[in-house]
Amino acid sequence: MDLLNAVVQVLDSTIRLSVPLLLACLAGLYSERAGIFDIGLEGKMLVGAFAGAAAASVFHSAFLGLGMAILISVAFAMVHGFASITHRGNQIVSGVAINFIAAGSTIILGQAWFQQGGRTPALQSGERFESITADTISNFLANYSFSSADLLASIRGLVLYLPALLFDALARIPGFGPVFSELLLGHSILVYFAFAMVPFTWWVLYRTRFGLRLRAVGENPAAVDTAGISVAWLRYRALICTGVLTGVAGAYLSMVQTSGFVKDMTAGKGYIALAALIFAKWKPVNAMFACLLFGFLDAASIRLQGSPLPVVGKVSAQFMQALPYVLTVILLAGFIGKAIPPRAGGVPYVKER
Amino acid sequence: MAQAAIELIGINKSFGAVRANRDINLEIARGTIHGIVGENGAGKSTLMSILYGFYQADSGEIRVGGKPASIKTPNDAIALGIGMVHQHFMLVDNFSVLENIILGAETDALLKSSIAKARSELDRLEREYGLEVDPDAIIEELPVGLQQRVEILKALYRGAEILILDEPTGVLTPAEADHLFRILRQLKEQGKTVVLITHKLREIMAITDTVSVMRQGTMVATRETKKTTVEELAELMVGRRVLLRVEKGEAEAGGVKLAVKNLTVKDSRGVTMVDDISFDIRAGEIVGIAGVAGNGQSELLEAISGIRRAVSGSVMLDGKPIDLTGAADPGELRDRGLAHVPEDRHHVGLVLAFEENENSILGYHDDPRYLKGPFLDIDAITADARDKIEKYDIRPANPHLKTANFSGGNQQKIVLAREIEQDPGVLIVGQPTRGVDVGAIEFIHKRLIAMRDQGKAVLVVSVELDEIRSLSDRILVMFAGRIVGERGPDASEGELGLLMAGVEQEAAA
Amino acid sequence: MSTPYAKLPAWADYGLIPLINLSVAFIVAGFVVLLVGENPFRAAVILVEGAFGKGTGIAFTLFYATTFIFTGLSVAVAAHCGLFNIGTEGQAYIAGLGIAIVCLSFDSVLPWWLTFPMAIVASAAVGALWALIPAYLQAKRGSHIVITTIMFNFIAASVMVYLLVGPLKPAGSQAPQTRNFLAGAELPKLNWIIELFGAKIRSAPLNICFLLALVMAFVVWLLIWRTKLGYEMRTYGHSPKAARYAGISETRIIITAMMISGALAGMMALNPVMGDQHNVAIDFVSGAGFVGIAVALMGRLHPIGIVLAAILFGMLYQGGAELSFEMPAITRDMIVIIQGLVILFAGALEHMFRPYIQALFASFSPRSVGMEAVKGKGA
Repeated sequence: MDLLNAVVQVLDSTIRLSVPLLLACLAGLYSERAGIFDIGLEGKMLVGAFAGAAAASVFHSAFLGLGMAILISVAFAMVHGFASITHRGNQIVSGVAINFIAAGSTIILGQAWFQQGGRTPALQSGERFESITADTISNFLANYSFSSADLLASIRGLVLYLPALLFDALARIPGFGPVFSELLLGHSILVYFAFAMVPFTWWVLYRTRFGLRLRAVGENPAAVDTAGISVAWLRYRALICTGVLTGVAGAYLSMVQTSGFVKDMTAGKGYIALAALIFAKWKPVNAMFACLLFGFLDAASIRLQGSPLPVVGKVSAQFMQALPYVLTVILLAGFIGKAIPPRAGGVPYVKER
Repeated sequence: MAQAAIELIGINKSFGAVRANRDINLEIARGTIHGIVGENGAGKSTLMSILYGFYQADSGEIRVGGKPASIKTPNDAIALGIGMVHQHFMLVDNFSVLENIILGAETDALLKSSIAKARSELDRLEREYGLEVDPDAIIEELPVGLQQRVEILKALYRGAEILILDEPTGVLTPAEADHLFRILRQLKEQGKTVVLITHKLREIMAITDTVSVMRQGTMVATRETKKTTVEELAELMVGRRVLLRVEKGEAEAGGVKLAVKNLTVKDSRGVTMVDDISFDIRAGEIVGIAGVAGNGQSELLEAISGIRRAVSGSVMLDGKPIDLTGAADPGELRDRGLAHVPEDRHHVGLVLAFEENENSILGYHDDPRYLKGPFLDIDAITADARDKIEKYDIRPANPHLKTANFSGGNQQKIVLAREIEQDPGVLIVGQPTRGVDVGAIEFIHKRLIAMRDQGKAVLVVSVELDEIRSLSDRILVMFAGRIVGERGPDASEGELGLLMAGVEQEAAA
Repeated sequence: MSTPYAKLPAWADYGLIPLINLSVAFIVAGFVVLLVGENPFRAAVILVEGAFGKGTGIAFTLFYATTFIFTGLSVAVAAHCGLFNIGTEGQAYIAGLGIAIVCLSFDSVLPWWLTFPMAIVASAAVGALWALIPAYLQAKRGSHIVITTIMFNFIAASVMVYLLVGPLKPAGSQAPQTRNFLAGAELPKLNWIIELFGAKIRSAPLNICFLLALVMAFVVWLLIWRTKLGYEMRTYGHSPKAARYAGISETRIIITAMMISGALAGMMALNPVMGDQHNVAIDFVSGAGFVGIAVALMGRLHPIGIVLAAILFGMLYQGGAELSFEMPAITRDMIVIIQGLVILFAGALEHMFRPYIQALFASFSPRSVGMEAVKGKGA
C-alpha cells in the first residue's frame, strides 16, 4: 500500500510540475513555429508570475491577477517582437536581454511596492486559484445564479458553468465517477487549462487559417509574403500567443503552486521548456509527453532524495535534474532521431531581390 | 491586335545607385504569350516584381485591362488577376500541395471548407489544363517539374488571368520544359495572358507570340516572334558593346596542365549541374567557357578548386589527381599551383570587413613569408600589399582601408593580384570583370594574357561573350551542364549565341 | 556577421553609436528608478561615488571588473568566429572543479606562486573541455550551439551541486562547499597599488587575477588581430564561404575558437575562488557569464572596449551595493535590469538609431557616408 501511495504521489506531483513547463513549452511552440527563436520564455514567465501575484493581492481577485500576468507577459513578448521582427535584431540576444530585465525588475518593483524582500504578500483564499474538487463543483452549481450583483463574478461564472456541468456529470457516472474524482479532480483550473491547450494548439496549428500561415511563416516567409500576407504582423500575433501562455504559466507558479511571488521562482523552467520543445520536435502532443517526462524526472528526483531504488541503487537528485538537458543534447546531436527546427527559425525576414 | 492586358508606361526603379529599370514602356496583348529576354541583370525580374507588387516603382504607370492600377502589394496584383511563378519557388516544402495552394487564399478562418474547395477546384483545373498533381503529396517529395506545376496552380486558383513566369525552365529537364510549354499554350487558348521571362532564345522562338528585349535596365526592342530571328535577338540582347580588344599573339600551347575527365557535380538540392564533362587545358593557353549563367559553370569552378565535392569523374593537376570527395583542401591545391579567382568576390574571394592587406593574403595565410611563428608578420604583409597595390594600380593606395570601401574594379584587382602574384601554374578565373569599370577591364585582360604568355594554363568562365572571344584561345560552350561545342577564337557571336541558347543541341537531338 | 548598413566614420561606429545605445539603456533604467519612487539623478551620483569615491570602492569595482573581463573576452573570442557562446556561465562554474582539485591537493605543500600557475592551467583546461562537446556537435552534427551551451550550463550546475553537497564537501560540514583553502592557494591582494595613490582600503578582494585579466586581454588582442589562428577565426566569422575558399577547416576552427572561449571563461573562476572566497561554493559564478555577453556587446568585441565595459559593470556592481544602503528600495538587482537594458539596446536593437545617425551625417557631408551601400546584383 505504501508503494501505491508513493506512486500516486509521484504521479500527482508530476502533473503539478509539468503544468508550468507545458504552458511555457506551448508558448515557445507558437513563436518558434513562426520562425522566432525565444529563449526569453523564462523571463516572460517570471514577469507573469510577479504581475499575477501582485495584482491578485492588491485587487483581491485571482482572475484579475491572471489577467495582469497575461498583459505584462504579452508586453514583454512585444519587446522581443520589436527587436527581432521590426528591427531585425539578433533573436538570441533579445531573449537574453528580456530574461535579465525580468529577473531584475520583478525584484526591484516587488521590494519597492511590498517591502518583503522581493516577495509579494502571501495570497489569501480567493486571491489564488484553488483546487477543484467534487464538492467545489457541486457547491458552485448549487449557488450559481446568473444575476449576481458582482458583474465580474457573473461573467466568470458564465465561463465556468459548462465545464462545471461536465465535470459534475462525469463524477456521477457509477464506477468511473469515484476514480475520476480521485485522480483527475483536485487540481486548479489552470491545470485543466494547460492540458486543454494541447489539443487546442494542435487544432489551431493544423485546422485553422492562422495555424496554416503560422507554420508557413516559420518555414518560408517569402512564400507567405508573396501570397500577400504580412510576415511581420503574423509573427507579432504568434508572439502574442506566446505571451498569453507564458503569462498563464507564470500565474500558475505564483498563484497555484505557491501563494505569492518569490524572486527567481522560475528557476530555469523556461529553459527546460525550451529543451522540451526541441525534444517534442516542435509538435503540440509530443510537447505534452516531453513535459510530462521532464516533470516526472523532477518529481522523482524530489521523491528519491536519499532513498535507494531497486536494481540501480541510489540515484542522485542532480542526475535526475540534469537528465532533461542531457537527453536534449543527445537528441540535438542526432543520436535519437533528428530534431529539425522550423527552417526560417532565428533568421530575420528581409525581402530578397 | 487584341486589347492590352497590361500596359507599363515610363517605369523607373533604382536600388541605391543602381538603376534597375529606366523608363520602361511595354504593352502586352490579352490572350498572347509574351516573352521578355535579356541577360542576367538586365532588369527583367525587377520589372516583373514591380508588376506583382513586390516592389514599388519610383515612377511610372501600370494599366491592367486598360484601367490605371495601383499595385502596392502582391495582394493588389492578385486581386487584379495577376499571378506569378517565381524563379525560386515560393512554396513551403513540408506542406502538402493543397496547403500550399490555399495559403493566403483561404475562404474563412477554418481550413476545412478551403481545403474542400481547393480539392474540387484542383480537379477542375486538372481536367481543363491537364495539370495533374496529387493534392496530398508533400512538396519536398515532388520532382521540380511538379513543384512548378503547383506554383502555376496556385496562381490559377487565385483566379489569375495574367500569368508571369520568371525563368521557368532553369530547373527543368527538356522533357519537363516541353510539358510546361504545352500547358502554357493551353492557358493561352483559354484566353489567359502569359508573360515569360527567360534568357533562353530557343524558348522564345518556340512558344511566344511577341517578344521584348531588355538590356541594362532599358527596353531596347519589341518584336513579333514570327518576324524576328534568333540572331537578331541575340544581337539586341548583347548589344554592340565597346570593348577594347587586347592585342595578343598566337598561343604556344605546351603540355596538359589540367585534365578534367567525366566530371559530374550536383548542387545542394541534388540537381545535376555539371554532367559528365571532359576537357584539357594546356600550358600557355587560355580556355574560355562561354554560357548563360546557371548552366553549371559555377559548380564546375567550385569542383575544380576544391570548394565543392564532385559526384564522379576525375581532375588531374600536372598529371596527379585532385581528391574530389570533398576532402580536397583548397589550401593544398594552392600549394600545388592552382590559383582561383572566384565568381563571387563579395562573399568568397574577399572578406569585405577586412583591411586590404588582410585580404591580400586570404588563402595564402599559411605561407611562411607572411608569418613569424604563429604570428602574422604585419610588416611583411603590408609591404607585400603595397607592392601589389603599386603593380596593379589599386586605388586608393591604402593597404589599411576596409575592403568594402574599394570600388568593384579595385576589389577585383586585389583578388587578381593575390592569385597571380603567387605565380601559379594554373589560374582559374570566374567572371573576371563582372561589375568592373571599363578601365580596369582592359588592365585585367592584359594581365590574364600575360599569364598565358608566361606559359601558364588559364581557365576563364564568363557570361560576357565578348570577353570570352577576346581572351580565349579555345572556347568551350556550356549548356545545361554539358559542353555543347568547342570553337576557335574567331567563332562568330551569332554562332556562339546559338550554342549558348542550346539551339544546336536541339537540332542535333 | 556582415553589416547591411552603410559605413560611418570609425569614431561614430565605435564611439557614438555605443554611447547613444548605452545612454538610452540608462535613461530607461532611470524611469525604473522613478517608478520605484526615487530620484534617478541622486541614484546616479551615489552609484558613481560608491564605486570610485573611496579606495575600497575602487578596489571592489576592479575586483568585479576582473571577473567580467574574463567572461567578456570569452564571449568575444567565440563571436569573432561567428559563434554565440552562451555557455560561459557553465564553463566558468565547472572550471571551479579544476581549481578545487589543484588547490585542495597542493595548498598545504606549495606556495601560492606555484599553485596559481597550476590552477590557471586547470581552470582553462576544464573550461575548454566543457566547451568542446557543444563545439564538436556544432561542427560535426550541426547542433545549434546556443541551445547546446544553454543545456551545458544546467548540466554543469547539476554536476557542481552533486560534487559540492557530496564528494567535495568536508565530512561534518553542512555548507555545500569545499573546505577553505590554506595559504598556499590564497592569491595576494593588489590593494597596495590603490594605496600608493593615497587611498585607504579596509578589506577588499582585489587580487592578482586583475593583472592576469589584463594580460589575457592583451593576449586576446594578439590572438585575434596578430596571429594566423585569429585571422582564420575572423575569416570564418565574417564569411564561412570565404573560409572554405581559403582552405580553413570548419571543424577545426569552430572547435579551436570554442575551446579558447571556454578556457577564458574557466579562468574567470580563479578570481572569486582563489582571490576572494578561498573555497569553491555553490553558484559562485552567479551570473557573471551572462554579464560577459553584455560586456562583449558593449565593448564591441574589442579587448580595450571589453576592459572598459567590464569596469563600467564593475562600477555598477560596486556602486549598486552602496546604492542599496542609501536607497533601500534599490537593491543590487537594479544592476541586473541595467544589464538587460544594455544587452537590449547595445545588442538586439544595435541598429535602431543607426539610420538616424546616418541621415544626420549625410546631411552634413554626403560623401563621408558611403551611400552606395544598397548595391544589388539586379536581375
